[in-house]
Amino acid sequence: MPTLLPHFPATFIVTGNPLIYGAEVSIVLATVGILFVLTYFKKWRWLWREWLTTVDHKKIAVMYLIAALLMFFRGGVDAMLMRTQLMQPNMHFLQAEHYNQIFTTHGTIMILFMAMPFIFAMFNIAVPLQIGARDVAFPYLNAVSFWLYFFAALLFNLSFVIGGSPDAGWVSYPPLAGLEFDPGPGENFYLLSLQITGIGSMATGINFMVTILKMRAPGMTLMRMPLFSWSVLASSILIIFAFPVLTVALALLLVDRLAGAHFFTMLQGGNPMMYVNLFWIWGHPEVYIVILPAFGIFSEVVSTFSGKRIFGYSSMVASLMTISVISYLLWVHHFYTMGAGPGVNSFFAVATMSVGIPTGVKVFNWLFTMYRGRIRLTVPMLWAIAFIPIFAIGGATGVMLAAAPADYQYHNSFFLIAHFHQVLIGGTVFGMLAGMYYWWPKMFGYMLNERIGRWAFWLFNGGFYVTFLPQYLLGLMGMTRRMYTYPADMGWNALNFISTIGAYVMGVGFIVLVLDVVYSIRYGERDVTGDPWNGRTLEWSLPSPAPHYNFARIPTVTSRDAWWTGKQARAKGDAPAPPEPLQPIHMPKNSGGPFILAVIFFIGGFGLVFNWYVLGLLALLGILVNLLLRSLDYDTDYYVPIEEIEHTEATLRRA
Amino acid sequence: MSQHPDRPSDHASSHAADRASSHASNPPSGSPWMYIAGFVISIALTLGALWLALARQFSTEALLTVILILAILQIGVQMFFFMHVTESPRPQFNLWILGLGMFFTFVVIASSIWIMSFGGALGY
Repeated sequence: MPTLLPHFPATFIVTGNPLIYGAEVSIVLATVGILFVLTYFKKWRWLWREWLTTVDHKKIAVMYLIAALLMFFRGGVDAMLMRTQLMQPNMHFLQAEHYNQIFTTHGTIMILFMAMPFIFAMFNIAVPLQIGARDVAFPYLNAVSFWLYFFAALLFNLSFVIGGSPDAGWVSYPPLAGLEFDPGPGENFYLLSLQITGIGSMATGINFMVTILKMRAPGMTLMRMPLFSWSVLASSILIIFAFPVLTVALALLLVDRLAGAHFFTMLQGGNPMMYVNLFWIWGHPEVYIVILPAFGIFSEVVSTFSGKRIFGYSSMVASLMTISVISYLLWVHHFYTMGAGPGVNSFFAVATMSVGIPTGVKVFNWLFTMYRGRIRLTVPMLWAIAFIPIFAIGGATGVMLAAAPADYQYHNSFFLIAHFHQVLIGGTVFGMLAGMYYWWPKMFGYMLNERIGRWAFWLFNGGFYVTFLPQYLLGLMGMTRRMYTYPADMGWNALNFISTIGAYVMGVGFIVLVLDVVYSIRYGERDVTGDPWNGRTLEWSLPSPAPHYNFARIPTVTSRDAWWTGKQARAKGDAPAPPEPLQPIHMPKNSGGPFILAVIFFIGGFGLVFNWYVLGLLALLGILVNLLLRSLDYDTDYYVPIEEIEHTEATLRRA
Repeated sequence: MSQHPDRPSDHASSHAADRASSHASNPPSGSPWMYIAGFVISIALTLGALWLALARQFSTEALLTVILILAILQIGVQMFFFMHVTESPRPQFNLWILGLGMFFTFVVIASSIWIMSFGGALGY
């Protein structure tokens, strides 16, 4: 029963499992280690001034990227544990409940705490630079988004050692996720951390839509905009229209759990199926939210490394926009088996198959862009090329799953698991890794090592096929998802063993990727030109890393691929127009507000997880005070003086 | 952002200046008659809905339909008279996004009713 006074559940600190003891010890050691290093090297002030209070989109991109890679590691370890458990029949490596917790956190982390920040890292680093803006439309809100995500991720991961992880699957369907069958605080962790990060994602969607519509450089009409920015616009539209539905679904389930309401209970008028419906109204657009930016990155990468402009630019734009609308109309294909009737299932089956058309258009356009191009097989290009066959297979199995009658056979089997890993890893992860290698010099001023990067690519890509192709067969042989072990006489042994080996190879690939980052910090080739890839879009016209105000003079755009056209003109000997005189640059001031706001959200969320309503109310009050103080603060911006711009430009520019 | 319109122009504040000038060239937004007309119409729509509900002249289904129509008209009145949706600088992205939002809202509500009625097998 909820009480006003704090009470500790019997299992406040999770005990009884050597893996969790290990995690607890390593969390304490890592925390002490970080505190020691910061104190010993006197970095606290630097951390606060340069990072925790920053509103610079480029620094926020770096923080998103680091957080995404950390969460990729956490989700990846979950995957390794699951594949180890399934390597052989009747394994006792994990107990059933622990397995449930691990597949739940694996899914939630990979989608919401790895893929989302990874795409936001790419949004942040590339969009303002590509469209010739000095920052996003609402820099303070951008910082709020990041810190809400960060503390939500912290809250979610805390559940592993305090209170117990959520264990009702990443979709968290009631009645299993309801109070009756899942009384522990684990599901509360899931609901509250998703709510908090959802606010951040929503704000990012609004921020980037406004940035793209309102802050383009003069002359950059929408149809001259780089395709990555177009894909961010499409993705932002989906974020804005999909996330509120998730917020509602999770809020109602939270009210069920905390206040004993009956929205999704079995009895007293509740209808758990409505949660499924609402969840997927968000959930299906969500997979397009994370894959459309990957499509944008592939467009940039394929065009740059083929040395050609993109084939069929207008059809690329049209298909992005079509996908962003159609993808909102497909969600029932996640629960055909609920039995909404042949009319409903047929409509959504046809809609689902039709989304293959604009996607196919994009794939052909990438192929035609490469056709007769002068292809450079750099690491970003490798990821982009490897994406195409994987996505073709994933798309074909997707159309198989979309056929409603056949889906009754595939539903929730490993066939489905293989399908969505194929499109999410092959699409989003490959896309984000391509983007990471592509924009890394712009973010940090040095290149990632190509040789190590190739090793990482081949291990990860090869391991991918070995892991997931057998899972299609396992699914057809009747192995369902979320089973923590299986008997030896099902004929699944060899395929499961192969799949696990593949997963280990992917794990090694990830480690090599991290090694590449670590190696390149020390030995990476410096990018002194600002244009290491012979790029086409405006971000490559800037030094690497770009100065905090991005453009000393806002460029005037006259064509698509503005930087490439400018380079061609200069190569022909056209003298560039004499630079306009510099003007003071209007910039936002750093602020600790977003960080403090997110800390309060974290405290309040933690309180509500354990039904400590006093803490929750105090945090609500703190949030309101924080918002009020911000709206009364008029000292939020300043002007960079001309002398400082001249000095910075003289230091950074090669000329 | 628009706190220093007199400071040297840059990207962000020049946008703000654009908005300010486009507002200045649109006289209706300054006129109180717009607000008074909007106020009267919205009050009339609200009282109309209330009267219909109290008078019970229609069957429940017809009543719900009429009230729904009045509510949609109310949205339009609020948007046009008070939120000035038609007065933003061109291109009017806000109208596009608003239209898209209405479309998605319609889709969510209509399809959810369709899906959750299970082909008539359940009573809600």
